Formats: sequence, C-alpha cells, structure tokens
Amino acid sequence: MSNVPADLRYARSHEWVREQPDGTVEVGISDHAQHALGDLVFVEVPVVGRALQAGEACAVVESVKAASDVYAPVAGSVIAVNEALAKAPELINQDPYGAGWIMRLKPSGPLAAAELLGAETYAAVAEAG
Amino acid sequence: MSLPMCERLIFDYGRAGRGARGQWPAAEGSVPEIPASLRRSRPPALPEVSELDVVRHYTRLSQLNFSIDTHFYPLGSCTMKYNPRACNAAAMLPEFLGRHPLATARHSQGFLACMYELQEMLMEVTGMKGVALTPMAGAHGEFAGVAMIRAYHRARADLARNEIIVPTAAHGTNPATATMCGCVAREIGVGPDGDVDLAALRTTVGPRTAGIMLTNPSTLGIFERGIAEVARIVHEAGGLLYYDGANLNAILGKVRPGDMGFDVMHMNLHKTFSTPHGGGGPGAGAVGVAPRLLPFMPLPIVARDGEGDAARYRWLSEADRPQSIGRLTGFNGNAGVLLRAYVYMRMLGREGMSRVGEYATLNSNYLLARLQQAGYVAAYPQRRASHEFILTLKALAQQQGVTAMDVAKRLLDYGFHAPTTYFPLLVPECLLIEPTETESKETLDAFVVAMATILSEAGSEPDTVRGAPHRMPVRRLDDVRAARELDLAYRPVSG
Amino acid sequence: MLAAIGAPDIEALFEEIPAALRVRSLAGVPEGLNEQQVMALMYARARQDGRPLNFIGAGAYEHHIPAAVWAIVARGEFYSAYTPYQAEASQGTLQTIYEYQSMISALTGLQVANASMYDGATAVAEACLMAVRANRKSSAARVLIPRTVHPNYRAVTQAATGGQGLKLEELAYLRASGQTAADALSSYGGQDVTALVIQQPNFFGVLEEVDALTDWAHARGALVIAVVNPISLAVLKPPGSWGQRGADIVVGDGQPLGCPLSSGGPYFGFMATRMDYVRQMPGRIVGRTVDLDGRPGFTLTLQAREQHIRRGKATSNICTNQGLLMIAGTIYCAMMGAAGLERVAQACMARTAQLVGALSRLPGVRSAFGTARFHEAVLLFDRPVAPLLEALAANGIEGGFDLGLHYPELGHALLVCATEARSAADVAAYAQRLSELLKESRVA
Repeated sequence: MSNVPADLRYARSHEWVREQPDGTVEVGISDHAQHALGDLVFVEVPVVGRALQAGEACAVVESVKAASDVYAPVAGSVIAVNEALAKAPELINQDPYGAGWIMRLKPSGPLAAAELLGAETYAAVAEAG
Repeated sequence: MSLPMCERLIFDYGRAGRGARGQWPAAEGSVPEIPASLRRSRPPALPEVSELDVVRHYTRLSQLNFSIDTHFYPLGSCTMKYNPRACNAAAMLPEFLGRHPLATARHSQGFLACMYELQEMLMEVTGMKGVALTPMAGAHGEFAGVAMIRAYHRARADLARNEIIVPTAAHGTNPATATMCGCVAREIGVGPDGDVDLAALRTTVGPRTAGIMLTNPSTLGIFERGIAEVARIVHEAGGLLYYDGANLNAILGKVRPGDMGFDVMHMNLHKTFSTPHGGGGPGAGAVGVAPRLLPFMPLPIVARDGEGDAARYRWLSEADRPQSIGRLTGFNGNAGVLLRAYVYMRMLGREGMSRVGEYATLNSNYLLARLQQAGYVAAYPQRRASHEFILTLKALAQQQGVTAMDVAKRLLDYGFHAPTTYFPLLVPECLLIEPTETESKETLDAFVVAMATILSEAGSEPDTVRGAPHRMPVRRLDDVRAARELDLAYRPVSG
Repeated sequence: MLAAIGAPDIEALFEEIPAALRVRSLAGVPEGLNEQQVMALMYARARQDGRPLNFIGAGAYEHHIPAAVWAIVARGEFYSAYTPYQAEASQGTLQTIYEYQSMISALTGLQVANASMYDGATAVAEACLMAVRANRKSSAARVLIPRTVHPNYRAVTQAATGGQGLKLEELAYLRASGQTAADALSSYGGQDVTALVIQQPNFFGVLEEVDALTDWAHARGALVIAVVNPISLAVLKPPGSWGQRGADIVVGDGQPLGCPLSSGGPYFGFMATRMDYVRQMPGRIVGRTVDLDGRPGFTLTLQAREQHIRRGKATSNICTNQGLLMIAGTIYCAMMGAAGLERVAQACMARTAQLVGALSRLPGVRSAFGTARFHEAVLLFDRPVAPLLEALAANGIEGGFDLGLHYPELGHALLVCATEARSAADVAAYAQRLSELLKESRVA
C-alpha cells in the first residue's frame, strides 16, 4: 500500500504535482513509482528554460532494472531542477514527495484545465497496476 | 569445483621493467621519426608482467567460470549445446587463420567454397532462396532484416510503411531494431493460450504496416499454431513477415520458416549451429530471404561461376547488387565463426539435422514433465513444449517469499547454471528452460533432483535459498552500488 | 522418457505443427561426415589457399601472436561460457572484461571503455549515433567524415545510420600530402556540425594533423570521434590528448591485438569515451563492486540502457560483445606490455620504410605522399596494378590492396604494408619479384 498524499494532484503516468502559492508547480514521481523501480542509481533532469508540452518525456529515472521516462504532467517551462539528485538519486526513494522533487515548472495554462487526478483516483490507478 | 583464492587484478602483479621479452621483436636499427607534436610522451599504463604471470592469472580466472564444457547450462533462448572441438580445429588451420580478407582470388578458393556451401545448406534447412553470411550477431541480422523490409517498400515507392508489429513477448532486440531502422514498433498481445492475438493483429495492420517480427516457436516456448493465418493477414495488408531465428533449434529439420510464409529471417549461428558463445561473442547472424528480397541482401555474398572442378568462387559487390542495403561489416563478417558453423553442418549432415529438432524437443518435454511431477508449475501446461518451456514461480514467491532469481542462484550451489530468468517479461517470476539435444537423460535427471531439493528447501529453510549462492567464488553482488559508484577501470586516466 | 511425457513417439511431440508445413527431406544438405572425414576435407580446402607472403594491410594487420594467447582463450571455460548475466558464475569473464576496459582506457587516454563491439567499422557507426545523442548543443545530426577514413568504415556507417536520419558528409583530402584538407573544413564555418571523424593513421597510412582538426571541431561545437589503430597508440599521442580538450569518443578495430587475420573475422571493435558520456555509450560495461560479504567482485552494470530493458528506447540493439576476441586482446596486451607494443610499432614502421624504399627504387614506381606515416604507404605505378597483383600472387606473394575502386583519382595506386611479421628477406623477395615482373610487362 503506497503513500498518496491527499493535498497533491497526480498524472496517470505516476508523476505528482504540488501547486506553489506563486502559481508555479513542483513535480516528482509517486511513492508507488519509486517502489516499482527499486533503488535509483541515476536521474537525468531537463535543462532549465526548456519549454514542455503536457505528456512530453522530459526526465529519466534509472534503477538497476529499468530506466523510465518521466512525463511533464502539465505544459510549461522548466524554472528549476533538483541538483541534489545528481549525487544522491536515492532521495527519490527515501522522500519522493519532499527532498526527492525533480523539477519546478511555470505552467503555460490554468492548472484546472490540466488532466490531473485527485489522490483517491490516483491511488486506485496505482493499485490496479 | 574447488574455489581458487580471490584473484587480484593483472595490474597488481609484476614489477616495473618486467615483461615477456621473448615475445618482443628485435630492436630496429633505424626507425622513421614521428613528428614531435604527434608523438606519445608517456607510455600507456599497461601491466608489466612475465609470460608466466599472464598464463597463471588468466588460467585461474577461467576456472572461476561456468561453461558448457564444465556445467549443464539450460538457458532458455540461448541454445547452450556442446561445441564440437573439430569446428575449432578446422577454423584454426594455419591457411585459414593466416589468410587476409582482401587476398586475391587465387588464394581464396578453398575458403570461399566453404562459405558458398554454407550459404547453400542454410538455404536448404530454412526454405529461403538467398542467404547472406555477414551480420555479426543475431541483433545485427535483425537490423539487416528490417532494413531489407524498408528497402523493399521504398523500392516500390510505398513510403508510408514505417510500422513494425512486435508481440509483447518478443525479445528486447526486436523493438530496439525497429527504432534503429527508423520505424515505429507497434506491440500486440498474446492470448491466454500463448498464441498471437489474431483479432488484435487484424486491427493493427494497415497501410502503414511494413512488417511483423515473430519467433516460432515463440519466446513462450510454444508453437504459433495460427502462423498460416498470421502470414495471410500481414501479406494481405501489404506487409512482410520477419522470422527471429532464436528458436530455430526446436524445428531444425522438421519445419522451415520459408514454408511457413516468412519473407526474411536471421539465424543465430552461435545458438543453432553450435559456434562458441565465448563469454559474450563472437556470434554470427546470417540472414535468409524469400525471392522478392534477394536484390536487397547485405554485401558481400559469395557467388559461384561454373561447376565441379571448374568452379570459381568470388565475392559479389555493389556493382553486382546495386539495390543492396549495403555493407554491415568491415570485411566479410565473422569468417572464423562461419567456418565453425560450416564444419558443424557437414558433420551433422542431412539426417543429423532432423535429429536436432527431434531430440531438442524430446529433452525439453521430458524435463517439463519431470519438473511438473516434482511440483513446479508450467506457464502453459496445456501446450506441448518446443525446445524450451517456461515455469512460473509466482505462487512460490507469494507464499514463501522465494523468487525465481533465488531459485536460479541456489542452482549454482548445486553445480548447474541457472536458466533464463525474467524473460519473457510477460510471465511473472519465470524460469525459461532449454536443455538442448546434446544433454543425456542422466544429466536431466540430476537437474530435476536439484530443482526438487530447492523446492523443498524453499519450504523448510527459505533463507538458504534467498541468500544463495553460498558456494561460489562470490556471493550476490551489490549491483546498486555498481551503478551508483561507477568503478569501470583500474586507475582511469584523469578527464 | 516418452513414458514420462505421456507421448507414444517423438513425432507426437510435433503434433501441434500443421502437417502441411512439415519438411519431407533436406536433399540439398549432403550426408554427414565423421570428424576424420570432415578434417580431411578442411585440410584439402586450406591447402588450396596456401600461405602466401602477405603485404596487405587496409584495416587488418598480420602480427606475431604469442602461442599462450590462444592456448588460454581456447580453454573450455572461456570458449563455451555464456554472456556473464549470472555474475557469480562468471567472475572469470567479468574480471577479464574489467581489465580489458582498463587497458583500452590506458591506451586511448579516455576514462571509460565498453566491453567491445562487433568490429571497427560498426564501432564508427555506433560512435556517430552516440555523438548525436550526446551533443546537446547540435540539432543537425550531421557528421563530417573524411575520405581518408577506411572506405568500408564509411560504407558501413552509411548503411547502419541512414535509417535514423543521420547526415554523413565526406571531406576531401590533399593530393600532395594524403591528409584531410583544411580547406574542406573551412566551408563549414558557422554551420551546425554534430561531430567530426578523424582516423589516425588514416587509411593511406598517413598521419593526420590531429590537434588542428580536433580544435577546429571543438571551436564549432562539434564532438570529435577518433578512429585509431591500437598498436599505433604505443608510439602516437593518444586521442585523449589531441588538441586542447582531447577527443570525445574513440573507436577502432582491436584486431591487431592478438586476433589472427582469419579471413576477415572475427575481430572486435573497441570504444572509449569521457565519463560524462558514459550513459550514452552502447554495449556492455562491467563495473567493480562488492558482494554480500564485502568481497570484491565484478558485474555487468548500467544495463538499464540496453535492449533487454529499454526495448524501443535503447541506445542500440546491440546485445553482444566479441567476447573471445576481447579476451585474446587483453591477454596479448598483458603479455606484451607498453614496452613490447612499442617494439612492435617501431618494427612495423621500420619494415614498411624498408619496403617503400625497395619498391620505389624500381622504375615506374614511386611513393604517393611525402608525409609522415605509420606502417602503410601508397605507391603509384605507371601501369595498372591488378595484373601485377595477379602475377605476384602466382608467385606466392599478396602484394597489397588495389586502390583503383575507391580512389580512382590517384591513378594506378597500391596500398602496401609490412609489419614485424615480415622479415628483411621477405621484403627483398617482394622487390626482386616485382622488378622481374615490371621488366616483363609494358607501361600503360
């Protein structure tokens, strides 16, 4: 049973989104995703400034058994990336919703319009596998 | 097997100034000057050891390996059959070994005769009308095959066809190859019985279909019963059929891919035709084609002019085959491997070839029956096994917490190399087992005893199995650390 | 056994296969031979080809290989082992690969090497694809490749990369020096170039101005792919030290290291790169780590990039290395050491110089380029080369590689090579026979 914080929104592809007061969003992968991948050994983050479409592959998380794409949950531009992941990819395993954040985006459209799931719906999606 | 002491690195042996001087050419009186700006300033950091240091070190390293020569190696999809030593002896005859690939025709006829006859024999056993020997591995042969399919459609000005259909159970090289050829891989599922989902196939084919890549028997170890229908559906939609020859051992001498409707295929000579696996190569991935793909075959190919004593052999080149997909190798492929395959086929001969498929399938079905009796669960119990079969350990994993990987590692303690694990990805906690035709009943029975013992250990002392292996030169390795703290060379040069 | 399966006979095991598909007979396959018969056949075939004196190079070089190398490689534990996926059962292979990676790094001057590739030609193709992935600053997917790069390497690169949208553009060479022309580069000033390939020594045996070429490429944001002869690295500046920053990817054919000519293969390709690009590098890689008891051990690593996991998004579809050949190369390098390889390189250079000297003294023969070379040279003749090669072959001498097909602009040109495997007497024999042939035939 994985941890699915109620105050976040989620994409079907297992990314989470946290709205910041200034309108930007923080993005990472869910507890379910990090568990499925296993110990992470490497994270490839996008370049700051890059413009992304919703659903575009923009980062890679690599474990011993898999290297998976991370998809932008909303359209926007990358304003920050988590530099700490370069030395410590395991932050995503240890604290996927906190210190394991991957990037921050400035959304190009209103968040309500994006196709994001609430915690309960996502938890059901993750459970179904 | 007794365990040698942990071997140090070759760099740790030796002394400054030491070397196998008996192997060095004599010093030259006058050596042409290299311009100062291009000259090496410091020698490369290679070992400084004696010949005996080298011989001892690498001999001891070899003793840390499992190999077909020392252990039963039931790796599914790898066909670990005995490599007859005559093949090696023949390929290493000094005249073949010392021959330059660009030698004139006068000094090439013996070698080329072997290559030509190999082409002919492979055509006969596969039902194909043309064979090119140069791809250097199975994946390389796949690349050639898909490239030929693309070339065929382009030559007909049908440029929309860029989709390659791949079953979800396929080997990872299949979709990777599609991408390398500039195609898109479209996956379709298999039904509960293991056959390709024909309904899904019908909706997936269309004007963008370049072809489909199939293995038969499939990667699930069972024969694709609907193959004639698959061929009809794909051909009617304008696509071609590609045969992944990884499982050719199951049907050698019994069925031919050409007769099943395939247009192009690759063969793994290091599987079906017993060339050595070598710890990861060299392989050889010869390709075979139906008539409509003949113009596109990769170069070079051997041709013969004249017959009998008057026969003269030569390489065909771009001038002879202007529509070829091109050269895929620096010279003519893994010639030494091809010679070994040639000798193997000459020794098997016509009757031996049929026996391969029969005994590979017999051994596989026998092993499956005995393992089921011992308590293991087959993934497709209602089907006949081909030359390999899949066991699923899902129940064991759920009940005892003992996984397929754990069982595989424990087998090492009993002196058997593990079967293939976790491939195909479709079957959870699976072991893919292929005994091959060169193993005796006694070996198979011994393997069953070990597997039965491990099953019982999983119940009575699961930690032993979970912590295996215990009797090998090393225990399980920390591969997370290997990937996080990359140590890929001894004292690497600074960046 | 059939009783255990519950089948009446072996044929029943094939009952799922439609009868219409079953093979009736394999008439095209001859009857089987026993070992004695097949060896007799192979002896006869080998005798047909004989053992001519070899002066051909062109990408495959004859060197003395210590007897111990193949005695060890042919051991069953190396010969018949599988890919080292089960690390605990493969420490011999894995440690050898780690040592091999270390030696390639030492020779090339780049930090990390893979476990080898099919051959030099395909390694160049893979390097071009890797450069496109790794060079984030370039979007053109455009690789410049001089005509002084081996013609078969260029052909293979074209065949292997065409399907992935790569644009390969050839660069001219200078007729006088046999080197890549600086003028050919200047037309690309200000354009987006992804990578530049530099072969050293080049196909003609000539030494290129690698520092200037490397710096030119880097100044334009292009990566440098070096293609090198491993024996030459004993005496030539390694690609890691080319120009200001060094080459970015190094590849080549490892055949000169312990692999016999064997009619064209198997050989092995080597590849090394900077640590920054390690995740873009195709092929297998071995890493050192520890086991559960803290004992050092070796395992395949970074496999998540490879085909069996990434499938459609893999760096390449490659799923093999040239195992046995790579082991031979490792044992050869360990045996010879830096000092031994230096002796080999020098002996080859000296012998080729003697060969060029002896042949270019003959009327109608001259050396094409006056530039510094390694151990190959281009000779120009006053008449067609092919009939001369035929006549030499009839006298048990393979005289070289006719450049007429690939470089017709050079006229009647022959690429000759003499390694340490040729003696001074061999060179004299060649010169003597050629002298007689030239007298017998006419000028073109």
